[in-house]
Amino acid sequence: MQVTWFPVFLFPCFLMSVVSIQSVNKTFGKQGAQQTIALQDIELQIEQGEFVSLIGPSGCGKSTLLRIIGDLIAPTNGTVLVNGKPAPQARVNREYGIVFQAPVLFDWRSVEKNVQLPLEIMGKSPSERAARANEMLELVELNGFQKHYPYQLSGGMQQRVSIARALSFHPQLLLMDEPFGALDEITRERLNAELLDIWSRTHTTIVFVTHSIPEAVFLSTRVVVMSARPGRITQIIPIDLPQPRNFDTRESARYYELITQVREGLREG
Amino acid sequence: MAESTLPSALLKNADNEVIETIGADVGVPAPSRSRSLFTMLLRFALVFVVACLVWEGLKFIGGNPWRFSTVEGAWFNLLWFPPLELKFANDLNMPHLWDIFGALIQPAQRNGPPLVNVLAQAAVVTMQAALVGFLIGTLLGLVLGTIFAHSNLLERALSPYVVASQTIPILAIAPMVVVWLNAGWWSVAFLAAYLCFFPVTINTLRGLRSPDPRAVELMKSYAASRWTTLWKVRFPSALPYIFTALKIAATTSIVGAIIGELPSGLADGLGRVILNFNSEYAIRPPKLWATILFVALVGILFFITVTLVERVLTRNMRKLEG
Repeated sequence: MQVTWFPVFLFPCFLMSVVSIQSVNKTFGKQGAQQTIALQDIELQIEQGEFVSLIGPSGCGKSTLLRIIGDLIAPTNGTVLVNGKPAPQARVNREYGIVFQAPVLFDWRSVEKNVQLPLEIMGKSPSERAARANEMLELVELNGFQKHYPYQLSGGMQQRVSIARALSFHPQLLLMDEPFGALDEITRERLNAELLDIWSRTHTTIVFVTHSIPEAVFLSTRVVVMSARPGRITQIIPIDLPQPRNFDTRESARYYELITQVREGLREG
Repeated sequence: MAESTLPSALLKNADNEVIETIGADVGVPAPSRSRSLFTMLLRFALVFVVACLVWEGLKFIGGNPWRFSTVEGAWFNLLWFPPLELKFANDLNMPHLWDIFGALIQPAQRNGPPLVNVLAQAAVVTMQAALVGFLIGTLLGLVLGTIFAHSNLLERALSPYVVASQTIPILAIAPMVVVWLNAGWWSVAFLAAYLCFFPVTINTLRGLRSPDPRAVELMKSYAASRWTTLWKVRFPSALPYIFTALKIAATTSIVGAIIGELPSGLADGLGRVILNFNSEYAIRPPKLWATILFVALVGILFFITVTLVERVLTRNMRKLEG
Protein backbone atom coordinates (compact mmCIF):
# COMPACT_ATOMS: atom_id res chain seq x y z
CA MET A 1 0.00 0.00 0.00
CA GLN A 2 1.42 3.36 -1.05
CA VAL A 3 0.88 5.91 1.65
CA THR A 4 3.08 8.94 2.30
CA TRP A 5 4.63 9.23 5.71
CA PHE A 6 2.64 12.27 6.79
CA PRO A 7 -0.89 10.82 7.07
CA VAL A 8 0.61 7.62 8.40
CA PHE A 9 2.15 9.56 11.21
CA LEU A 10 -1.01 11.46 12.07
CA PHE A 11 -3.60 8.80 11.45
CA PRO A 12 -2.08 5.40 11.89
CA CYS A 13 -5.56 3.92 11.85
CA PHE A 14 -5.73 4.55 8.10
CA LEU A 15 -2.97 2.08 7.58
CA MET A 16 -4.25 -0.42 10.05
CA SER A 17 -6.03 -3.35 8.45
CA VAL A 18 -9.11 -4.65 10.21
CA VAL A 19 -7.59 -8.10 10.01
CA SER A 20 -3.91 -8.69 9.53
CA ILE A 21 -2.68 -12.26 9.36
CA GLN A 22 1.07 -12.79 9.19
CA SER A 23 2.69 -16.16 8.52
CA VAL A 24 0.10 -18.11 10.45
CA ASN A 25 0.47 -21.87 10.79
CA LYS A 26 -1.85 -24.28 12.52
CA THR A 27 -1.13 -27.93 13.16
CA PHE A 28 -3.36 -30.38 14.94
CA GLY A 29 -2.12 -33.38 16.90
CA LYS A 30 1.25 -34.19 18.32
CA GLN A 31 4.49 -34.09 16.39
CA GLY A 32 4.79 -37.20 14.23
CA ALA A 33 2.81 -39.21 11.74
CA GLN A 34 -0.58 -38.22 13.14
CA GLN A 35 0.14 -34.53 12.89
CA THR A 36 -1.96 -32.70 10.32
CA ILE A 37 -1.07 -29.31 8.97
CA ALA A 38 -4.37 -27.42 8.89
CA LEU A 39 -2.94 -24.10 7.76
CA GLN A 40 0.44 -23.25 6.28
CA ASP A 41 2.02 -19.82 5.88
CA ILE A 42 -1.19 -17.82 5.75
CA GLU A 43 -0.76 -14.15 4.85
CA LEU A 44 -3.88 -12.02 4.53
CA GLN A 45 -4.80 -8.38 5.06
CA ILE A 46 -8.43 -7.36 5.20
CA GLU A 47 -9.26 -3.66 5.03
CA GLN A 48 -12.11 -1.71 6.54
CA GLY A 49 -15.41 -2.27 4.72
CA GLU A 50 -14.28 -5.26 2.71
CA PHE A 51 -16.34 -8.37 2.13
CA VAL A 52 -13.87 -11.24 1.94
CA SER A 53 -14.91 -14.81 1.22
CA LEU A 54 -12.77 -17.80 2.06
CA ILE A 55 -13.49 -20.64 -0.33
CA GLY A 56 -11.93 -24.05 -0.77
CA PRO A 57 -12.52 -27.78 -0.62
CA SER A 58 -13.47 -29.29 2.72
CA GLY A 59 -10.44 -29.74 4.90
CA CYS A 60 -8.65 -26.69 3.50
CA GLY A 61 -8.82 -25.00 6.88
CA LYS A 62 -11.12 -22.13 5.94
CA SER A 63 -13.22 -22.53 9.08
CA THR A 64 -10.05 -22.99 11.12
CA LEU A 65 -8.73 -19.71 9.73
CA LEU A 66 -11.98 -17.96 10.66
CA ARG A 67 -11.77 -19.39 14.17
CA ILE A 68 -8.18 -18.20 14.48
CA ILE A 69 -9.21 -14.68 13.46
CA GLY A 70 -11.91 -14.81 16.13
CA ASP A 71 -9.53 -16.25 18.73
CA LEU A 72 -11.75 -19.26 19.25
CA ILE A 73 -8.62 -21.31 18.65
CA ALA A 74 -5.00 -20.15 18.77
CA PRO A 75 -2.60 -20.45 15.83
CA THR A 76 0.41 -22.72 16.31
CA ASN A 77 2.57 -19.78 15.27
CA GLY A 78 2.31 -16.47 13.45
CA THR A 79 0.41 -13.34 14.42
CA VAL A 80 -3.20 -12.31 13.96
CA LEU A 81 -4.08 -8.66 14.52
CA VAL A 82 -7.65 -7.41 14.60
CA ASN A 83 -7.83 -3.62 14.44
CA GLY A 84 -4.14 -3.59 15.25
CA LYS A 85 -4.55 -5.62 18.41
CA PRO A 86 -3.73 -9.27 19.00
CA ALA A 87 -6.80 -11.45 18.37
CA PRO A 88 -7.30 -12.43 22.06
CA GLN A 89 -7.38 -8.76 23.01
CA ALA A 90 -9.85 -8.01 20.22
CA ARG A 91 -12.07 -10.82 21.46
CA VAL A 92 -12.05 -9.48 25.00
CA ASN A 93 -12.89 -6.03 23.57
CA ARG A 94 -15.81 -7.63 21.68
CA GLU A 95 -14.71 -6.34 18.31
CA TYR A 96 -16.32 -8.99 16.19
CA GLY A 97 -19.62 -10.80 15.87
CA ILE A 98 -19.83 -14.39 14.76
CA VAL A 99 -22.44 -16.40 12.85
CA PHE A 100 -22.20 -20.16 12.45
CA GLN A 101 -23.78 -22.52 9.96
CA ALA A 102 -26.41 -23.43 12.53
CA PRO A 103 -28.28 -20.50 14.07
CA VAL A 104 -27.33 -21.67 17.62
CA LEU A 105 -30.25 -19.81 19.16
CA PHE A 106 -31.18 -20.45 22.76
CA ASP A 107 -34.52 -22.26 22.86
CA TRP A 108 -35.51 -20.82 26.20
CA ARG A 109 -35.09 -17.23 25.05
CA SER A 110 -37.50 -15.32 22.84
CA VAL A 111 -36.19 -13.83 19.60
CA GLU A 112 -35.56 -10.44 21.19
CA LYS A 113 -33.90 -11.99 24.24
CA ASN A 114 -31.62 -13.97 21.95
CA VAL A 115 -30.60 -10.80 20.14
CA GLN A 116 -30.08 -9.05 23.47
CA LEU A 117 -27.81 -11.75 24.91
CA PRO A 118 -24.45 -10.13 23.97
CA LEU A 119 -25.71 -6.77 25.26
CA GLU A 120 -26.83 -8.43 28.49
CA ILE A 121 -23.33 -9.83 28.98
CA MET A 122 -21.88 -6.40 28.30
CA GLY A 123 -24.09 -4.99 31.03
CA LYS A 124 -26.22 -2.65 28.92
CA SER A 125 -29.40 -1.28 30.43
CA PRO A 126 -32.69 -3.04 29.60
CA SER A 127 -34.00 -0.05 27.64
CA GLU A 128 -30.86 0.16 25.54
CA ARG A 129 -30.95 -3.59 24.97
CA ALA A 130 -34.54 -3.44 23.80
CA ALA A 131 -33.84 -0.50 21.51
CA ARG A 132 -30.82 -2.20 19.93
CA ALA A 133 -32.68 -5.50 19.53
CA ASN A 134 -35.54 -3.74 17.78
CA GLU A 135 -33.13 -1.89 15.52
CA MET A 136 -31.38 -5.13 14.57
CA LEU A 137 -34.59 -7.08 14.03
CA GLU A 138 -35.72 -4.27 11.76
CA LEU A 139 -32.42 -4.60 9.89
CA VAL A 140 -32.92 -8.33 9.27
CA GLU A 141 -36.61 -7.77 8.46
CA LEU A 142 -37.94 -9.64 11.46
CA ASN A 143 -39.83 -6.81 13.07
CA GLY A 144 -42.89 -8.19 14.84
CA PHE A 145 -41.21 -11.46 15.79
CA GLN A 146 -39.73 -10.11 19.03
CA LYS A 147 -41.84 -12.32 21.29
CA HIS A 148 -41.63 -15.48 19.19
CA TYR A 149 -39.50 -18.41 20.25
CA PRO A 150 -36.88 -20.00 18.00
CA TYR A 151 -38.90 -23.18 17.43
CA GLN A 152 -41.66 -21.06 15.95
CA LEU A 153 -39.39 -19.76 13.18
CA SER A 154 -38.20 -21.32 9.93
CA GLY A 155 -34.52 -22.10 9.39
CA GLY A 156 -33.97 -18.95 7.33
CA MET A 157 -35.63 -16.76 9.94
CA GLN A 158 -33.58 -18.35 12.69
CA GLN A 159 -30.38 -17.58 10.80
CA ARG A 160 -31.52 -13.95 10.44
CA VAL A 161 -32.01 -13.77 14.20
CA SER A 162 -28.50 -15.13 14.57
CA ILE A 163 -27.17 -12.36 12.28
CA ALA A 164 -29.10 -9.75 14.25
CA ARG A 165 -27.54 -11.08 17.44
CA ALA A 166 -24.04 -10.94 15.96
CA LEU A 167 -24.58 -7.32 14.90
CA SER A 168 -26.42 -6.21 18.04
CA PHE A 169 -23.35 -4.69 19.67
CA HIS A 170 -22.20 -2.98 16.43
CA PRO A 171 -18.97 -4.94 15.96
CA GLN A 172 -16.67 -3.68 13.22
CA LEU A 173 -16.00 -7.17 12.04
CA LEU A 174 -18.48 -9.92 11.25
CA LEU A 175 -17.18 -13.48 10.99
CA MET A 176 -19.52 -15.88 9.18
CA ASP A 177 -18.89 -19.61 8.96
CA GLU A 178 -21.02 -21.00 6.10
CA PRO A 179 -24.02 -19.13 7.48
CA PHE A 180 -26.36 -20.14 4.66
CA GLY A 181 -24.94 -23.61 4.06
CA ALA A 182 -27.88 -25.41 5.62
CA LEU A 183 -30.55 -23.43 3.76
CA ASP A 184 -32.28 -24.16 0.49
CA GLU A 185 -31.24 -22.32 -2.68
CA ILE A 186 -34.19 -19.91 -2.73
CA THR A 187 -33.76 -18.82 0.88
CA ARG A 188 -30.02 -18.63 0.42
CA GLU A 189 -30.27 -16.20 -2.51
CA ARG A 190 -32.71 -14.05 -0.61
CA LEU A 191 -30.48 -13.92 2.44
CA ASN A 192 -27.46 -13.18 0.21
CA ALA A 193 -29.20 -10.05 -1.02
CA GLU A 194 -30.25 -9.14 2.51
CA LEU A 195 -26.72 -9.61 3.79
CA LEU A 196 -25.33 -7.26 1.12
CA ASP A 197 -27.92 -4.72 2.13
CA ILE A 198 -26.93 -5.04 5.80
CA TRP A 199 -23.26 -4.84 4.83
CA SER A 200 -23.71 -1.61 2.88
CA ARG A 201 -25.83 -0.04 5.61
CA THR A 202 -23.67 -0.96 8.58
CA HIS A 203 -20.22 -0.61 6.94
CA THR A 204 -19.22 -3.79 8.73
CA THR A 205 -16.20 -5.69 7.48
CA ILE A 206 -17.23 -9.26 6.73
CA VAL A 207 -15.17 -12.44 6.54
CA PHE A 208 -17.34 -15.12 5.02
CA VAL A 209 -16.57 -18.83 4.78
CA THR A 210 -18.44 -20.69 2.06
CA HIS A 211 -18.14 -23.64 -0.27
CA SER A 212 -20.43 -22.13 -2.86
CA ILE A 213 -18.60 -20.43 -5.74
CA PRO A 214 -21.58 -18.34 -6.98
CA GLU A 215 -22.27 -17.17 -3.43
CA ALA A 216 -18.66 -16.13 -2.90
CA VAL A 217 -18.55 -14.23 -6.20
CA PHE A 218 -21.91 -12.54 -5.72
CA LEU A 219 -21.18 -11.31 -2.21
CA SER A 220 -17.49 -10.53 -2.05
CA THR A 221 -15.11 -7.75 -2.86
CA ARG A 222 -12.34 -10.35 -2.76
CA VAL A 223 -12.41 -14.13 -2.88
CA VAL A 224 -9.62 -15.99 -1.12
CA VAL A 225 -9.13 -19.38 -2.77
CA MET A 226 -7.64 -22.05 -0.54
CA SER A 227 -6.46 -25.59 -1.10
CA ALA A 228 -6.26 -28.54 1.21
CA ARG A 229 -3.50 -30.68 2.71
CA PRO A 230 -1.85 -28.51 3.76
CA GLY A 231 -4.38 -25.67 3.95
CA ARG A 232 -2.97 -22.62 2.22
CA ILE A 233 -4.03 -19.61 0.19
CA THR A 234 -3.46 -20.27 -3.51
CA GLN A 235 -5.06 -17.22 -5.04
CA ILE A 236 -6.81 -13.99 -4.08
CA ILE A 237 -9.30 -12.89 -6.73
CA PRO A 238 -10.65 -9.33 -6.60
CA ILE A 239 -14.32 -9.21 -7.55
CA ASP A 240 -14.92 -6.06 -9.59
CA LEU A 241 -18.66 -6.48 -10.05
CA PRO A 242 -20.40 -3.11 -9.63
CA GLN A 243 -22.13 -2.23 -6.37
CA PRO A 244 -24.91 -2.43 -5.38
CA ARG A 245 -25.30 -5.98 -6.50
CA ASN A 246 -28.75 -7.27 -7.33
CA PHE A 247 -30.62 -9.70 -9.49
CA ASP A 248 -28.97 -8.31 -12.65
CA THR A 249 -25.54 -9.03 -11.21
CA ARG A 250 -26.28 -12.73 -11.33
CA GLU A 251 -27.13 -12.43 -15.03
CA SER A 252 -24.09 -10.43 -16.07
CA ALA A 253 -21.32 -11.92 -18.19
CA ARG A 254 -18.64 -10.68 -15.80
CA TYR A 255 -20.30 -12.66 -12.99
CA TYR A 256 -19.89 -15.88 -14.97
CA GLU A 257 -16.32 -15.00 -15.92
CA LEU A 258 -15.45 -14.54 -12.27
CA ILE A 259 -17.17 -17.77 -11.31
CA THR A 260 -15.07 -19.54 -13.93
CA GLN A 261 -11.96 -17.84 -12.63
CA VAL A 262 -12.65 -18.97 -9.06
CA ARG A 263 -13.46 -22.48 -10.24
CA GLU A 264 -10.18 -22.68 -12.15
CA GLY A 265 -8.38 -21.31 -9.12
CA LEU A 266 -9.86 -24.09 -7.03
CA ARG A 267 -8.89 -26.72 -9.60
CA GLU A 268 -5.30 -25.50 -9.81
CA GLY A 269 -4.98 -25.52 -6.04
CA MET B 1 -55.19 -37.34 22.09
CA ALA B 2 -52.51 -38.75 19.79
CA GLU B 3 -54.41 -37.72 16.67
CA SER B 4 -55.12 -34.23 17.92
CA THR B 5 -51.51 -33.36 18.75
CA LEU B 6 -50.11 -34.79 15.55
CA PRO B 7 -50.74 -31.81 13.23
CA SER B 8 -49.23 -29.29 15.62
CA ALA B 9 -46.21 -31.53 16.10
CA LEU B 10 -45.73 -31.65 12.34
CA LEU B 11 -46.10 -27.90 12.06
CA LYS B 12 -43.56 -27.39 14.79
CA ASN B 13 -40.94 -29.54 13.08
CA ALA B 14 -41.57 -28.43 9.53
CA ASP B 15 -39.16 -25.85 8.22
CA ASN B 16 -41.77 -23.43 7.08
CA GLU B 17 -39.98 -21.57 4.33
CA VAL B 18 -43.15 -21.25 2.29
CA ILE B 19 -44.85 -19.35 5.06
CA GLU B 20 -41.76 -17.21 5.41
CA THR B 21 -41.70 -16.19 1.76
CA ILE B 22 -45.28 -15.05 1.83
CA GLY B 23 -44.40 -13.10 4.92
CA ALA B 24 -47.09 -14.53 7.15
CA ASP B 25 -46.88 -14.84 10.86
CA VAL B 26 -45.77 -18.37 11.67
CA GLY B 27 -46.64 -18.35 15.34
CA VAL B 28 -47.51 -21.92 16.17
CA PRO B 29 -50.11 -22.08 18.93
CA ALA B 30 -48.79 -23.84 21.97
CA PRO B 31 -50.67 -27.05 22.75
CA SER B 32 -53.00 -26.53 25.65
CA ARG B 33 -51.34 -27.52 28.92
CA SER B 34 -54.51 -27.83 30.93
CA ARG B 35 -55.98 -30.26 28.46
CA SER B 36 -52.91 -32.47 28.55
CA LEU B 37 -53.04 -32.47 32.35
CA PHE B 38 -56.70 -33.44 32.20
CA THR B 39 -56.07 -36.28 29.77
CA MET B 40 -53.20 -37.41 31.98
CA LEU B 41 -55.54 -37.67 34.96
CA LEU B 42 -58.19 -39.35 32.81
CA ARG B 43 -55.73 -41.94 31.59
CA PHE B 44 -54.53 -42.54 35.13
CA ALA B 45 -58.12 -43.08 36.31
CA LEU B 46 -58.80 -45.41 33.41
CA VAL B 47 -55.75 -47.54 34.13
CA PHE B 48 -56.67 -47.57 37.82
CA VAL B 49 -60.16 -48.84 37.08
CA VAL B 50 -58.80 -51.52 34.73
CA ALA B 51 -56.26 -52.60 37.36
CA CYS B 52 -59.04 -52.86 39.95
CA LEU B 53 -61.18 -54.95 37.58
CA VAL B 54 -58.27 -57.30 36.82
CA TRP B 55 -57.51 -57.61 40.54
CA GLU B 56 -61.07 -58.49 41.48
CA GLY B 57 -61.52 -60.55 38.30
CA LEU B 58 -58.62 -62.78 39.31
CA LYS B 59 -60.13 -63.18 42.75
CA PHE B 60 -63.48 -63.93 41.13
CA ILE B 61 -62.12 -66.87 39.14
CA GLY B 62 -59.48 -68.13 41.54
CA GLY B 63 -59.62 -66.59 44.99
CA ASN B 64 -61.14 -67.61 48.29
CA PRO B 65 -64.93 -67.85 48.53
CA TRP B 66 -66.61 -64.42 48.53
CA ARG B 67 -68.76 -63.85 51.61
CA PHE B 68 -70.46 -60.51 51.48
CA SER B 69 -72.57 -61.38 54.47
CA THR B 70 -69.51 -61.07 56.69
CA VAL B 71 -69.07 -57.44 55.70
CA GLU B 72 -70.59 -55.40 58.47
CA GLY B 73 -73.88 -53.79 57.53
CA ALA B 74 -74.24 -55.66 54.25
CA TRP B 75 -77.80 -55.48 53.00
CA PHE B 76 -77.64 -58.68 51.06
CA ASN B 77 -76.20 -62.08 51.60
CA LEU B 78 -74.00 -63.48 48.86
CA LEU B 79 -71.76 -66.44 48.59
CA TRP B 80 -69.53 -67.15 45.61
CA PHE B 81 -67.17 -70.06 45.21
CA PRO B 82 -64.53 -69.30 42.54
CA PRO B 83 -64.13 -72.20 40.09
CA LEU B 84 -60.32 -72.25 40.20
CA GLU B 85 -57.86 -72.25 43.06
CA LEU B 86 -55.11 -69.71 42.31
CA LYS B 87 -52.75 -69.40 45.24
CA PHE B 88 -51.62 -65.87 44.43
CA ALA B 89 -55.22 -64.69 44.34
CA ASN B 90 -56.23 -65.81 47.82
CA ASP B 91 -57.22 -63.32 50.48
CA LEU B 92 -53.77 -63.41 52.07
CA ASN B 93 -51.87 -62.43 48.93
CA MET B 94 -54.50 -60.28 47.28
CA PRO B 95 -57.06 -58.95 49.77
CA HIS B 96 -60.30 -57.63 48.37
CA LEU B 97 -60.07 -53.99 47.34
CA TRP B 98 -62.96 -53.09 49.65
CA ASP B 99 -61.06 -54.71 52.51
CA ILE B 100 -57.99 -52.62 51.66
CA PHE B 101 -59.90 -49.35 51.42
CA GLY B 102 -62.02 -50.45 54.37
CA ALA B 103 -58.86 -50.91 56.44
CA LEU B 104 -58.05 -47.25 55.82
CA ILE B 105 -61.16 -46.04 57.65
CA GLN B 106 -61.15 -48.65 60.37
CA PRO B 107 -59.17 -48.01 63.57
CA ALA B 108 -55.55 -49.08 63.31
CA GLN B 109 -55.64 -50.23 66.93
CA ARG B 110 -58.51 -51.01 69.21
CA ASN B 111 -60.32 -47.76 70.01
CA GLY B 112 -57.59 -45.82 68.18
CA PRO B 113 -57.94 -43.31 65.32
CA PRO B 114 -58.69 -44.68 61.85
CA LEU B 115 -55.72 -46.08 59.92
CA VAL B 116 -55.83 -43.25 57.40
CA ASN B 117 -55.18 -40.75 60.22
CA VAL B 118 -52.29 -42.79 61.55
CA LEU B 119 -50.82 -43.07 58.06
CA ALA B 120 -51.29 -39.37 57.34
CA GLN B 121 -49.47 -38.42 60.53
CA ALA B 122 -46.67 -40.87 59.77
CA ALA B 123 -46.52 -39.66 56.17
CA VAL B 124 -46.07 -36.05 57.26
CA VAL B 125 -43.08 -37.06 59.40
CA THR B 126 -41.56 -39.12 56.59
CA MET B 127 -42.27 -36.48 53.96
CA GLN B 128 -40.57 -33.79 55.98
CA ALA B 129 -37.44 -35.88 56.30
CA ALA B 130 -37.66 -36.94 52.66
CA LEU B 131 -38.13 -33.34 51.51
CA VAL B 132 -35.15 -32.07 53.48
CA GLY B 133 -33.13 -35.05 52.26
CA PHE B 134 -34.25 -34.36 48.70
CA LEU B 135 -33.24 -30.70 48.94
CA ILE B 136 -29.85 -31.48 50.51
CA GLY B 137 -29.22 -34.27 48.01
CA THR B 138 -30.25 -32.07 45.08
CA LEU B 139 -28.03 -29.23 46.24
CA LEU B 140 -25.10 -31.58 46.74
CA GLY B 141 -25.73 -33.16 43.34
CA LEU B 142 -25.91 -29.79 41.61
CA VAL B 143 -22.73 -28.58 43.26
CA LEU B 144 -20.82 -31.80 42.53
CA GLY B 145 -22.10 -31.92 38.94
CA THR B 146 -21.10 -28.29 38.38
CA ILE B 147 -17.63 -28.86 39.83
CA PHE B 148 -17.16 -31.97 37.71
CA ALA B 149 -18.33 -30.16 34.58
CA HIS B 150 -15.64 -27.52 35.09
CA SER B 151 -12.77 -29.69 36.19
CA ASN B 152 -11.82 -32.91 34.49
CA LEU B 153 -9.22 -33.45 37.17
CA LEU B 154 -11.72 -33.30 40.02
CA GLU B 155 -14.18 -35.39 38.06
CA ARG B 156 -11.63 -38.15 37.56
CA ALA B 157 -10.43 -37.87 41.13
CA LEU B 158 -13.83 -37.85 42.85
CA SER B 159 -16.23 -39.78 40.63
CA PRO B 160 -14.97 -43.23 41.74
CA TYR B 161 -15.93 -42.28 45.29
CA VAL B 162 -19.30 -40.99 44.18
CA VAL B 163 -19.96 -44.27 42.37
CA ALA B 164 -18.64 -46.28 45.33
CA SER B 165 -20.98 -44.43 47.66
CA GLN B 166 -23.92 -45.79 45.69
CA THR B 167 -22.80 -49.40 45.87
CA ILE B 168 -22.72 -49.34 49.68
CA PRO B 169 -26.11 -50.42 51.01
CA ILE B 170 -27.76 -47.74 53.08
CA LEU B 171 -28.08 -50.19 55.97
CA ALA B 172 -24.29 -50.49 56.12
CA ILE B 173 -23.70 -46.80 56.62
CA ALA B 174 -26.78 -46.18 58.75
CA PRO B 175 -25.09 -46.99 62.08
CA MET B 176 -22.33 -44.44 61.37
CA VAL B 177 -24.84 -41.81 60.39
CA VAL B 178 -26.83 -42.47 63.54
CA VAL B 179 -23.66 -42.07 65.62
CA TRP B 180 -22.74 -38.81 63.85
CA LEU B 181 -26.10 -37.16 63.75
CA ASN B 182 -27.80 -38.93 66.66
CA ALA B 183 -30.81 -41.13 66.14
CA GLY B 184 -33.80 -39.33 64.73
CA TRP B 185 -35.00 -36.92 62.15
CA TRP B 186 -31.71 -35.54 60.79
CA SER B 187 -30.16 -38.94 60.20
CA VAL B 188 -33.27 -39.93 58.22
CA ALA B 189 -32.91 -36.78 56.10
CA PHE B 190 -29.21 -37.54 55.63
CA LEU B 191 -29.92 -41.08 54.44
CA ALA B 192 -32.54 -39.79 52.01
CA ALA B 193 -30.03 -37.23 50.71
CA TYR B 194 -27.42 -39.97 50.41
CA LEU B 195 -29.67 -41.86 47.99
CA CYS B 196 -30.76 -38.73 46.09
CA PHE B 197 -27.57 -36.94 45.22
CA PHE B 198 -26.17 -39.50 42.80
CA PRO B 199 -28.67 -39.22 39.92
CA VAL B 200 -28.61 -35.44 40.30
CA THR B 201 -24.81 -35.37 40.13
CA ILE B 202 -24.46 -37.43 36.98
CA ASN B 203 -27.36 -35.79 35.17
CA THR B 204 -26.17 -32.29 36.07
CA LEU B 205 -22.74 -33.18 34.72
CA ARG B 206 -24.24 -34.58 31.54
CA GLY B 207 -26.59 -31.61 31.17
CA LEU B 208 -23.96 -28.95 31.73
CA ARG B 209 -21.90 -30.57 29.00
CA SER B 210 -24.88 -30.84 26.65
CA PRO B 211 -24.88 -27.40 24.97
CA ASP B 212 -23.80 -27.13 21.35
CA PRO B 213 -20.03 -26.43 21.41
CA ARG B 214 -20.74 -23.46 19.14
CA ALA B 215 -23.02 -21.98 21.80
CA VAL B 216 -20.06 -22.03 24.16
CA GLU B 217 -17.87 -20.52 21.42
CA LEU B 218 -20.44 -17.77 20.97
CA MET B 219 -20.21 -16.97 24.66
CA LYS B 220 -16.43 -16.95 24.33
CA SER B 221 -16.74 -14.46 21.47
CA TYR B 222 -18.78 -12.18 23.75
CA ALA B 223 -15.94 -12.45 26.28
CA ALA B 224 -18.41 -13.92 28.78
CA SER B 225 -17.02 -15.23 32.04
CA ARG B 226 -17.28 -18.88 33.07
CA TRP B 227 -20.02 -17.97 35.50
CA THR B 228 -22.00 -16.09 32.88
CA THR B 229 -21.68 -19.02 30.48
CA LEU B 230 -22.72 -21.41 33.24
CA TRP B 231 -25.72 -19.35 34.20
CA LYS B 232 -26.92 -18.24 30.78
CA VAL B 233 -26.12 -21.25 28.61
CA ARG B 234 -25.01 -24.37 30.44
CA PHE B 235 -27.54 -24.34 33.25
CA PRO B 236 -30.63 -23.69 31.07
CA SER B 237 -29.44 -26.41 28.66
CA ALA B 238 -29.01 -28.77 31.58
CA LEU B 239 -32.53 -28.22 32.97
CA PRO B 240 -34.20 -31.12 31.13
CA TYR B 241 -31.44 -33.44 32.32
CA ILE B 242 -31.59 -32.09 35.85
CA PHE B 243 -35.34 -32.52 36.02
CA THR B 244 -35.06 -36.12 34.87
CA ALA B 245 -32.73 -36.64 37.81
CA LEU B 246 -35.02 -34.74 40.18
CA LYS B 247 -37.90 -37.04 39.29
CA ILE B 248 -35.75 -40.04 40.17
CA ALA B 249 -34.51 -38.30 43.31
CA ALA B 250 -38.04 -37.33 44.38
CA THR B 251 -39.19 -40.93 44.54
CA THR B 252 -35.85 -42.18 45.83
CA SER B 253 -35.96 -39.70 48.70
CA ILE B 254 -39.20 -41.29 49.96
CA VAL B 255 -37.70 -44.77 49.82
CA GLY B 256 -34.53 -43.44 51.42
CA ALA B 257 -36.46 -41.82 54.24
CA ILE B 258 -38.59 -44.91 54.91
CA ILE B 259 -35.57 -47.24 54.92
CA GLY B 260 -33.57 -44.69 56.89
CA GLU B 261 -36.19 -44.56 59.63
CA LEU B 262 -35.57 -48.15 60.64
CA PRO B 263 -31.92 -47.92 61.76
CA SER B 264 -32.41 -44.34 62.90
CA GLY B 265 -35.08 -45.47 65.28
CA LEU B 266 -37.52 -42.81 64.17
CA ALA B 267 -40.73 -44.22 65.61
CA ASP B 268 -43.43 -42.01 64.12
CA GLY B 269 -42.74 -42.29 60.39
CA LEU B 270 -44.06 -44.59 57.69
CA GLY B 271 -41.07 -46.89 58.09
CA ARG B 272 -42.14 -47.96 61.57
CA VAL B 273 -45.76 -48.37 60.44
CA ILE B 274 -44.67 -50.61 57.58
CA LEU B 275 -42.50 -52.64 59.93
CA ASN B 276 -45.46 -53.11 62.32
CA PHE B 277 -47.85 -54.14 59.57
CA ASN B 278 -45.23 -56.44 58.09
CA SER B 279 -45.33 -58.47 61.26
CA GLU B 280 -49.13 -58.45 61.26
CA TYR B 281 -49.41 -59.39 57.59
CA ALA B 282 -50.40 -63.01 58.15
CA ILE B 283 -53.46 -61.94 60.12
CA ARG B 284 -54.32 -58.57 58.61
CA PRO B 285 -53.01 -58.24 55.05
CA PRO B 286 -55.29 -55.29 54.07
CA LYS B 287 -53.47 -52.99 56.51
CA LEU B 288 -50.12 -53.41 54.76
CA TRP B 289 -51.76 -53.06 51.38
CA ALA B 290 -53.46 -49.87 52.49
CA THR B 291 -50.08 -48.59 53.68
CA ILE B 292 -48.48 -49.48 50.35
CA LEU B 293 -51.17 -47.49 48.52
CA PHE B 294 -50.56 -44.57 50.83
CA VAL B 295 -46.78 -44.62 50.34
CA ALA B 296 -47.31 -44.81 46.58
CA LEU B 297 -49.54 -41.74 46.79
CA VAL B 298 -46.87 -39.83 48.69
CA GLY B 299 -44.32 -40.76 46.02
CA ILE B 300 -46.66 -39.65 43.25
CA LEU B 301 -47.27 -36.38 45.09
CA PHE B 302 -43.50 -35.69 45.17
CA PHE B 303 -43.16 -36.65 41.53
CA ILE B 304 -46.04 -34.43 40.41
CA THR B 305 -44.61 -31.49 42.34
CA VAL B 306 -41.30 -31.85 40.51
CA THR B 307 -43.11 -32.21 37.19
CA LEU B 308 -45.10 -29.03 37.79
CA VAL B 309 -41.96 -27.07 38.66
CA GLU B 310 -40.33 -28.45 35.52
CA ARG B 311 -43.27 -27.33 33.39
CA VAL B 312 -43.01 -23.80 34.68
CA LEU B 313 -39.24 -23.59 34.22
CA THR B 314 -39.00 -25.25 30.82
CA ARG B 315 -42.19 -23.99 29.23
CA ASN B 316 -40.35 -22.57 26.23
CA MET B 317 -38.06 -25.50 25.72
CA ARG B 318 -40.50 -27.61 23.77
CA LYS B 319 -37.72 -28.62 21.38
CA LEU B 320 -35.78 -30.33 24.12
CA GLU B 321 -38.81 -32.13 25.46
CA GLY B 322 -38.85 -34.11 22.23
